[in-house]
Amino acid sequence: MALLETRKLTAFYRDFQALFGVDIRLEEGETLAIIGANGAGKTTLLRSLSGLITNQPGHILLDGRPIGAMPAPDVVAQGIAMVPEGRKLFPSLTVEENLQIGAYGRSGSGTWTLGTVYDLFPVLKERRNSPGTALSGGQQQMVAIGRALMSNPRVLLCDEISLGLAPVVIKDIYAAFPRIREAGASIIIVEQDIGQALKVADRVYCMMEGRITLSGMPGAISRDDIHAAYFGAHAR
Amino acid sequence: MNWLDTIVQGVLLGGLYALFAAGLSLVFGIMRLVNLAHGDLIVLAAFLVLLLVTTLGLSPFVAAVIAMPVMFALGWVLQFGLLNRTLGNDILPPLLVTFGLSIVIQNALLEGFSADSRRISAGGLETASLQLGPISVGTMPLLTFLSAVAVIVGLNLLFYRTALGRAFRATSDDRETAGLMGIQPNRVFATATGLAMVVVTIAALYLGMRANFDPTMGPARLIYAFEAVIIGGLGSFWGTLAGGVIIGVAQTVGASINPEWQILAGHIAFLLVLLIWPRGLFPRAVD
Repeated sequence: MALLETRKLTAFYRDFQALFGVDIRLEEGETLAIIGANGAGKTTLLRSLSGLITNQPGHILLDGRPIGAMPAPDVVAQGIAMVPEGRKLFPSLTVEENLQIGAYGRSGSGTWTLGTVYDLFPVLKERRNSPGTALSGGQQQMVAIGRALMSNPRVLLCDEISLGLAPVVIKDIYAAFPRIREAGASIIIVEQDIGQALKVADRVYCMMEGRITLSGMPGAISRDDIHAAYFGAHAR
Repeated sequence: MNWLDTIVQGVLLGGLYALFAAGLSLVFGIMRLVNLAHGDLIVLAAFLVLLLVTTLGLSPFVAAVIAMPVMFALGWVLQFGLLNRTLGNDILPPLLVTFGLSIVIQNALLEGFSADSRRISAGGLETASLQLGPISVGTMPLLTFLSAVAVIVGLNLLFYRTALGRAFRATSDDRETAGLMGIQPNRVFATATGLAMVVVTIAALYLGMRANFDPTMGPARLIYAFEAVIIGGLGSFWGTLAGGVIIGVAQTVGASINPEWQILAGHIAFLLVLLIWPRGLFPRAVD
């Protein structure tokens, strides 16, 4: 049984349908990358998994149990944490308070505490009393990742964490992923930076127009396959 | 006119206004909800304390301690069941609903307690005073002011030093992302209004011991509370205390010049502060 899976997942924004029967599986310990162009439905998929969009109960299963209709606070308690697109730090809270608030819905004990998050991103310890929004973009992304880890999630959802950051900063942030995996989290990464996504992922799904158009191991799929799945078969 | 005496009395009066305003400031600071029934809820709490004092023969202070959890529960249910449904991008629904609530509370109190004006007896404490150097200070106003300072200190500690306070601030910043942290915004808001009603009970205790009250006097209390919150800057608890003190001092100074000017002087001070600092003295909120 997969740790987390979607079955024929559909999602709507009022009358607009954003997802058309998406099936993905995340195995325990695995890192998935979901790639695709703007508007392909990647963020909608993550918002559905995190409970920000509620769906049919049976469309999303965690350990085989339906969680599709759960609102976000309950989903966190089930062990799914999200690093939202644009980081979304709380401006009224310091760096340390932003991390602490991540433990509010903590489901159980685990590796991640303030101490281990500071070990992972030492620069945050130096800036612990600054307002979260006073940090550089890369440091803010570290806070957002640390904040999600503080709930000791079984599944970590990362939405566009490289967006707007310099390549060297992106490399720093992705350098933390092996330790996050070692600590036991399974990860779903949504990325437009295909190179980065292929480097860290065990498996890749490509989305277009609300559907999965390609899936496989990064080594087993060619750039042409990705190109076709990304833009449509006739777009070359 | 003894200036020192006048100003000290004004500062102490400001403590009462700060107590009126602190609950309003808390609720507005967290959920941008302007509660037009705040003054009526103070009067409601005063009647509750009065009821406990007269039926059980309790001291007003003990009665207030008993009334606090009752008012907390009332606030929690009010927010969870009613006011949460009015929150959104439109500011009109909460104004209309709390305006209606204000009328409902006034009329319910009129039905239950008649239009007679009442007073909570504090057993001689009302007339006791302390001699501090050249001036004489009433024990009750001093106690009111110290309670106001204690409430402001307590709210600040709660807001900036506890997990609940972090949840308050995070939810105020961004409801959706707070949900991703496992916070249930509707429950956080209900708890905030419950706490505001505990502060309202303290305000009601001193209101009821200090002067006569009747079911229709809520809106008049509301305007002082509003002025204190706005002078202080939206979302700042110390600002709210400062706002209360400014109105209190303006009123006693106005009254010492001409007794007819007491209320007017408070409102003029409010307008002057707004002319110079349109966002109040210590604005915390960004919007």
